[in-house]
Amino acid sequence: MSISLPTTTAGRVASDEGARVSSAGDEVSTRDDRSSRRYSTSSTASALDALENEAIHIIREVVAEFERPVMLFSGGKDSVVMLHLAAKAFWPARIPFPVLHVDTGHNFPEVIAFRDATVERLGLRLEVARVQDYIDDGRLAERADGTRNPLQTLPLLDGIQAGKHDAVFGGGRRDEDKARAKERILSLRDEFGQWDPRNQRPELWNLYNGRHTPGQHVRAFPISNWAELDVWRYIEREGIRLPGLYYAHEREVYRRDGMWRAVGPVSQPRLDETVERRLVRYRTVGDMSCTGAVESDAVDVAAVVREVAASTITERGATRADDRISEAGMEDRKKDGYF
Amino acid sequence: MAEHESGSSLFRFATAGSVDDGKSTLVGRLLHDSKAILADQLDAITRASAARGFGGGDRIDFALLTDGLRAEREQGITIDVAYRYFATDRRSFILADCPGHVQYTRNMVTGATTADAVVVLIDVRKGVLEQTRRHLSVVQLLRVPHLIVAVNKVDLVDYDEDTFRGVETQVLSVAAELGIDDARVIPVSALEGDNVVERSVRTPWYDGPALLQLLETLSVIDEAEDLLAPFRLPVQSVIRPQGALAPGLDPDEFRDYRAYAGQVASGSIRVGDTVTVLPGGASTVVTGIDTAGASLERAIAPQSIALRLADDLDVARGHVIVAGDRQPVPSQDLRASLFWLDPRPVTAGTRVLVKYGTATVQAVVRELDGRHNLDTLALEPADRLEINDIGQAQLRLASALPLQEYAVHRRSGAFVVIHPQDGATLAAGTVIAAGA
Repeated sequence: MSISLPTTTAGRVASDEGARVSSAGDEVSTRDDRSSRRYSTSSTASALDALENEAIHIIREVVAEFERPVMLFSGGKDSVVMLHLAAKAFWPARIPFPVLHVDTGHNFPEVIAFRDATVERLGLRLEVARVQDYIDDGRLAERADGTRNPLQTLPLLDGIQAGKHDAVFGGGRRDEDKARAKERILSLRDEFGQWDPRNQRPELWNLYNGRHTPGQHVRAFPISNWAELDVWRYIEREGIRLPGLYYAHEREVYRRDGMWRAVGPVSQPRLDETVERRLVRYRTVGDMSCTGAVESDAVDVAAVVREVAASTITERGATRADDRISEAGMEDRKKDGYF
Repeated sequence: MAEHESGSSLFRFATAGSVDDGKSTLVGRLLHDSKAILADQLDAITRASAARGFGGGDRIDFALLTDGLRAEREQGITIDVAYRYFATDRRSFILADCPGHVQYTRNMVTGATTADAVVVLIDVRKGVLEQTRRHLSVVQLLRVPHLIVAVNKVDLVDYDEDTFRGVETQVLSVAAELGIDDARVIPVSALEGDNVVERSVRTPWYDGPALLQLLETLSVIDEAEDLLAPFRLPVQSVIRPQGALAPGLDPDEFRDYRAYAGQVASGSIRVGDTVTVLPGGASTVVTGIDTAGASLERAIAPQSIALRLADDLDVARGHVIVAGDRQPVPSQDLRASLFWLDPRPVTAGTRVLVKYGTATVQAVVRELDGRHNLDTLALEPADRLEINDIGQAQLRLASALPLQEYAVHRRSGAFVVIHPQDGATLAAGTVIAAGA
């Protein structure tokens, strides 16, 4: 049987015959280019297999037990990986649910283009909740700092309600943040989308309980147990395409709050900030007004894997101004219904 | 990279301890010394430690790494299980950090059901406490493959061997009483880092491995159990792409495609093998094993696959596809251990839902056989189980399920008990035996 997986490039897809438990083979020696640190946050082929098997199991459980699931898809690397896993979970059938994007209006144009091309290629329906609409008609007000990440919650909840979605897949990973580290794989939310960390259901074995009452919905996080490096190694192994700004490129940037900010319509330098042309890449792609780039010469996925393995700073610490607001920035947003 | 003995590279473990025995410090130390804490995280907790007046000089309050919620930081307590990730050259680790002081059964059961090992902390000055016995009881009842007891704060007794040996003897005797035969005891100082990542020169009398060295080398028992147990695939869904084929595939080739999606719970299967669908009992032959990237000749636990069969049988979500001759006969009755996790108690006659594999059925608790005394594990008469109680009960199911004993295979013998109205998770259950 000929097999083609739409989300992969023509290159290598997993094609090993038989059991995969120790299928590392020669791939590992090339990928395993370690930094000088004795301990690295690395993962090998069989750890990736375990994470993939778990994620596919979770995605299939949610689709089987819920009426109207939807998957959050921004074009960012975690959501791209999650969508790839969904394609694998239901192959050769089409992914059996739509995707939802909360568009801050401050997204990188190339990421939006990538989003649309991916949705088109996979034959999916895209639902978009636009923060700009809310600002235009006064339901939301622009913040003084111009950041729109905290404004996403209301359009997200409205989007979930409009689609009558009872399950929402998110690409959140527990290693991203201390609050996320406490979240279950299936996370029950009330009608306001609120997360109650003190009152979470015990999550036992691989038996996920998705029961909920009318008005409640469930957030499902299939890649909860993946670290940043696992995501990159998987992207490399599966040949998954990403928006180009994840790889090193030259860009007009200026320095603010210890990170490189792109010059663009929503991020203009102040008079005392100098614009330079530098080789940078993005470790996360979010709201342009608060996402910073890092200096990097990693032009391809293998180089990014090496760079992430050797990195001494977390991805959010390096690139997200909004997570620096306080020790509990993410927790506060989550309690209000954020992802 | 060389494959190590167990063939796996993902190891899951849980930590449990009592109040003030330094568990968060141990976890922080483990993450810090295995270089899993990056510079910006370290900066943040260094600043927070100083602001809270912790220690002095360059001391860092490692608890701040894991106690991430606002209430936890403010009250200095741990509210819920936190998951942490780190890796060494030998293994990737998933750590479930279980708070010990409140709801300890609820938290520990959550962390321990998927664990290959549990690390229980003891303060060397206090020795085995009531709560320690309870932690060990949960380890034993959930059949966690490995128990490690970290005897902490040995720096506070000047690294005295006799003090440690006294506690070690106590631990091993309690473990033996409870029937745990695989217990390792390590003297550590989480604060100073002794025997956490590397062997300490300050405990020359201890000749065993450091905690991390042990975690790197313990076998993954589930894997061996997975392969020894007969093939079992709980069916999650049926994949039939007609009309909704993924773009780019040839409709002619997939016109009659039909496969059963699931994660292999145990055992292995090859194309050409005969399988049986339970509870119905019809048999057929495997014609294909698909993962999206490849058609496989053989699949093993815990792969997520789609199985194609020679005959069109009645196969739906909740059914189990099995192979081999040691298969359970579907039964409506069972005796089970219940780990009760909800504030509403259970008594004989309580109606619930049971989720077993991919099947969810109505059930009634027919009889309570008793409650475990968690100091001795003895079963004592009881007419109800309250939150955090562990007991035994007889259950009657609305339809027959092919129940596997938990003693034979952990994941296949496990179920969750769900409230029929509000959907709350009421209990963790393990099958002791099928039949009335």
